[in-house]
Amino acid sequence: MTFEYAPAPESRAIVDIKPSYGLFIDGEFVDGHGKSFKSISPSTEEVLAEVAEANDADVDVAVKAARRAYTRVWSKMSGAERGKYLFRIARIIQERAREFAVLESIDNGKPIKETRDVDIPLVAAHFFYYAGWADKLAYALPGNGNNGADPQPLGVAGQVIPWNFPLLMLAWKIAPALACGNTVVLKPAETTPLTALLFAEVCQQADLPAGVVNILTGAGETGRAIVAHPGVDKVAFTGSTDVGRAIAKSVAGTDKRVTLELGGKAANIVFDDAPLDQAIEGIVNGIFFNQGHVCCAGSRLLVQESVADEVIATLKRRMKTLRVGDPLDKNTDIGAINSAEQLAKIRELSDIGEAEGAGRWSPACDLPQTGFWFPPTIFTGVSQAHRIAREEIFGPVLSILTFRTPKEAVEKANNTPFGLSAGIWTDKGSRILWMASQLRAGVVWSNTFNRFDPASPFGGYKESGYGREGGRHGLEAYLR
Amino acid sequence: MSARLDVKKTYKLYIDGEFPRSESGRSYVVADAKGGFLANASQASRKDARDAVRAARSAFGGWSGRTAYNRGQVVYRIAEVLESRRDQFEAELRSSEGVTPAKARTFVDAAIDRLVWYAGWADKIAQVVGGANPVAGPYFNHSAPEPSGVIAIIAPAGPLLGLVSVVAPVITTGNTCVVIASEPHPLTAITLAEVMATSDLPGGVVNVLTGSVAEIAPWLASHSDVNGIDLTGVTDPGLGRTLEEAAAENLKRVRRPGLEDLLATPALDRMTKFLETKTVWHPMGL
Repeated sequence: MTFEYAPAPESRAIVDIKPSYGLFIDGEFVDGHGKSFKSISPSTEEVLAEVAEANDADVDVAVKAARRAYTRVWSKMSGAERGKYLFRIARIIQERAREFAVLESIDNGKPIKETRDVDIPLVAAHFFYYAGWADKLAYALPGNGNNGADPQPLGVAGQVIPWNFPLLMLAWKIAPALACGNTVVLKPAETTPLTALLFAEVCQQADLPAGVVNILTGAGETGRAIVAHPGVDKVAFTGSTDVGRAIAKSVAGTDKRVTLELGGKAANIVFDDAPLDQAIEGIVNGIFFNQGHVCCAGSRLLVQESVADEVIATLKRRMKTLRVGDPLDKNTDIGAINSAEQLAKIRELSDIGEAEGAGRWSPACDLPQTGFWFPPTIFTGVSQAHRIAREEIFGPVLSILTFRTPKEAVEKANNTPFGLSAGIWTDKGSRILWMASQLRAGVVWSNTFNRFDPASPFGGYKESGYGREGGRHGLEAYLR
Repeated sequence: MSARLDVKKTYKLYIDGEFPRSESGRSYVVADAKGGFLANASQASRKDARDAVRAARSAFGGWSGRTAYNRGQVVYRIAEVLESRRDQFEAELRSSEGVTPAKARTFVDAAIDRLVWYAGWADKIAQVVGGANPVAGPYFNHSAPEPSGVIAIIAPAGPLLGLVSVVAPVITTGNTCVVIASEPHPLTAITLAEVMATSDLPGGVVNVLTGSVAEIAPWLASHSDVNGIDLTGVTDPGLGRTLEEAAAENLKRVRRPGLEDLLATPALDRMTKFLETKTVWHPMGL
């Protein structure tokens, strides 16, 4: 006999979504001068709210407000006082954590289990971490003389963030920028603007001086206008490698400082002596966490030939237990794909994987009729030349390749223009350290995967971008 | 009896530890400080630039894989050999740049001392910029710097101190490089290459091209197997912008044009600009 889970929905009564939202500029919500767009729930396609699309004039007003706040207030305030505002923000986020978790889950489609236990706690932790740096910046940069003794903020930071971890990416951008004395103009992703707008309310509750944080909603055009604005001193972007390239080109020849956190195609490498049960959990977490909408996802499984059959069989058995469905159900493991556009991309690349000859498998699962859904999927018999082994799919799709020797694993793992993260599963300590030293990736998880912490620097090698977020390293992007 | 005719040196490129002529067969006239003929220097081509990148890539694994202590010793050895040939460098600086003997001595002193300074950094920079990260969970977590890979460098005008100041920080940390020497003063760069070739520095770690910056630099800036580019020696803002745009194609790390006071103690960013941070996690438990 089989046991079914009863539905365990989290109540959405805690959130109050307004029918429409303006832009948050200079401490107030104001109407935009451009068009507006709708934010929908990807799990139901229900329209959640009408949101303003900031145009060039709005960007200009916001950048000027940020500049004023920078010169008159924020850069003059002592680090200790700035830090206290950030501590306040951290506390308010903790106080309103459930509200943020539910709203994020509704707007993004990710399971409540993840927003409640991962995203929002990390957001609060990030603000708490950087709050403590604000009055210790003299210790932030190594060296001395002008290169470290008295570091200064850069000015106005233009920040553009993605839809996969909306509020967490906001925290990664805003917390270090503010701690260092910069002011910000931030654009959340077009499909997930709501938690950033709720964060604006937190800034008001914290009495953060007007103009220190400005939130402009919009799509690509708004982002381009922020990046190109001559009043912006620093650009921080998380998103696709193609947009990152365009940003790097657009700031060429200027004095703007840039950090880019871009795509990935991480190898998750399983050796034959690995603790297999843990490795299976790591593989599942690596690729199915957050529907695979993770730049550092372990999207290429490299498994040692001698255990490949066993690993694949166990993985399939484990995947049959994954629950796909209502993001607000507390038992849901995999939620909705964030948008119709992303779903189309995942479908296209998966079809290409099949057409190129890889073996496609998904467990039987009932997908809801409305909304955007894709079942957890693996491809076996993948070769390095296959597009599903080279391109970032950004969905719950795993490409499985095999290897015989550690050197071959390194060769295959590094055979990509990306270099964001990697995973190693083995019981042998010397092999972990050797592998970790050989992998050209910014984050190496050994016998674990997809761990994040505000104290831990995160960022890529090669075409995964440059600069680090998190830890002392994260301050370097916001100081001169 | 007639005076002895001196034997002049042919100035060639330095690629993969060897001294080839440009495959293009071209050369250009290098003038001395008074505008007279000094020598013909090789005028490197796109093919030479690509060969140099290939050599630098091949050398990267071995050089970055050496212990930091060993890299420090090799960089120190360059300083030793340079010191032993200091008279030659002083003479070259005087003839090519027209500087006074005292000035030439100052530049050579500074170049040698700079190499010694960087040699000492090789096994210290990781401790200064890396460290343990106190994460909120049962994990060992630490971050350490690693070299970015192959770095293209447009060297500034100072033919010895300028070159040493841009090359030493890059190779000390384990990168390999392709450097375009100062266009008007390329000869000292090739003489320095002779020093490097006899200092236990593996072939391909430093590759020196002479010729037109405007011609060669775009090939390096757009080369997909180059990980970073140092534009220190670029003086034309238009060219600097074009090179940075080309470098964006594969997200190269870019050091923008501009030169600090070379006689002052350098800032760490000549090293850190071309370092990546690697963070490694492992669970802790019984």
